[in-house]
Amino acid sequence: MSVFVQYLVNGLTIGSFYALVALGYTMIYGIIRLINFAHGDLFMVGAFAGWLVVAAAAGMHLPVAMQLLLALLIAMLAVGLLAMGIERVAYQPLLKSSRLSILITALGVSLALENGAMIAFGAGFDTFPANILPLTGFHLFGAQVGYVQVAMFALALLLMVGLYLFVQFTPVGTAMRALSFDQDAARLMGINVEGVVLITFLLGGSLAAASGVMMGLYYTQINFMMGFLMGLRAFTAAVLGGIGNIPGAMVGGLLIGVLQSLSAGYISSQWQDVIVFAVLILVLVFKPTGIFGERVVERM
Amino acid sequence: MALLEVQDLHTFYGSIEALKGISFQVDEGEIVALLGSNGAGKTTTLRSISGLERARSGSVRFAGQEIQRTAAHRIVQLGLGHVPEGRRIFVNLTVEENLMLGGYLLRRTPHEVQLRRDEVFERLPRLLERRHQLAGTLSGGEQQMLAIGRALITRPRLLALDEPSMGLAPILVQAIFHTIAEIRKSGTAILLVEQNARQALRLADRGYVLETGSIVLQDDAKALAENRRVQAAYLGGEPEVAL
Repeated sequence: MSVFVQYLVNGLTIGSFYALVALGYTMIYGIIRLINFAHGDLFMVGAFAGWLVVAAAAGMHLPVAMQLLLALLIAMLAVGLLAMGIERVAYQPLLKSSRLSILITALGVSLALENGAMIAFGAGFDTFPANILPLTGFHLFGAQVGYVQVAMFALALLLMVGLYLFVQFTPVGTAMRALSFDQDAARLMGINVEGVVLITFLLGGSLAAASGVMMGLYYTQINFMMGFLMGLRAFTAAVLGGIGNIPGAMVGGLLIGVLQSLSAGYISSQWQDVIVFAVLILVLVFKPTGIFGERVVERM
Repeated sequence: MALLEVQDLHTFYGSIEALKGISFQVDEGEIVALLGSNGAGKTTTLRSISGLERARSGSVRFAGQEIQRTAAHRIVQLGLGHVPEGRRIFVNLTVEENLMLGGYLLRRTPHEVQLRRDEVFERLPRLLERRHQLAGTLSGGEQQMLAIGRALITRPRLLALDEPSMGLAPILVQAIFHTIAEIRKSGTAILLVEQNARQALRLADRGYVLETGSIVLQDDAKALAENRRVQAAYLGGEPEVAL
């Protein structure tokens, strides 16, 4: 029992990181029908941005809490702007072309980000300062729960709820839902479609960056390829929840995190991705619309 | 002075010339009918005016301003509303959310949007009953009312309506045309595209007839309704009259 709870706690923690990235996948797919393969790499850039800020802030002898807050905010802003820039330069000119050209462009952007990071930061691992986070915690049903895990989960949840409220209750959020359904009709409402798409990338990019900073702090090691696997897992989470569906991405992310943690614990960590991607295949075969998806996905 | 003035407009779909240099105008407070059979270019005309389609050449002036190269969302801002063919309401959103999006341009003054939304509810009480329902669950007539109501929130100076009576039962067609007459009374000019030529000409002040991308006839609505060519082609009149 205590072992199971332990796996569950660990799984929910990393699952909340997946969920934040999955949200970006699902929002961008929902709005322009693009599987943004570069999205996982934005998560990686976010981790490096956070790492740079922590290093700089530590050099200025700022308190740890301030270092972490700055790292989070600056990384979110920087990666959000980066995502907007990518959309404007690489995707927007192709929105009216075939789906395939924009998909291939996304792969190209992914490679550019990965290799750019490798040139900038090297091919090895960089580490966050040891012991930057407290290691204390408490016991729950015999499992060890770190305060850090609780804080990260709470922060991820806060961001997700914030996003949900934004999309559900603000005019711009309503515009996002509207134009995911019918772009021309949205234009006739006076909605600047290109502008709303940019805002979507800004939000998706910042959430990915928040996830990157937290993941980097949680595992302490970061690397230029860390976005690749994250991208695949978060994509699986988005599909599991129902691509295009925001609550679906949240639930899907948590489920994938727990599934991965349980398979690593009870079977073998070498098998965890096999199991995660087997789930992707099963979902695609038996319920391609995912847990929450009802609308049949009409085009690629 | 003309509120909307279209001159020598050419629109292409690939290499197909859908509009072959059409010219017409709509004056302040007028109802102008645009008639023609399927594929004549009526919908393309409206889409070219509201910026959803980019014309290759020609001029569209609205309220004295050239808008042929203006983005669609800015044209709405200038006071030109367009209710597209097939209603195009957001079926994944509630009735209320659809109306709020109609007021998207006024989003910085939410109080004003609520005021105007309530005006629409007053004019179209069926929508009030169903305000929290998903728009996709409405009947065809209600969806059309929603599409029109949504376009009215910005209080456009000109409203372009594309086949508002399409697919509706006769009693609902009457209701839609009644609503259109009411809208004109409030001072909004209307450009009306209709298959139902008889009804359209009864309501309109003037009309134009489009055939394969060109305007072939233009006259007062009354004169058009009595024109034998129009009767034969669009009003189910004498079939032996050659076109």
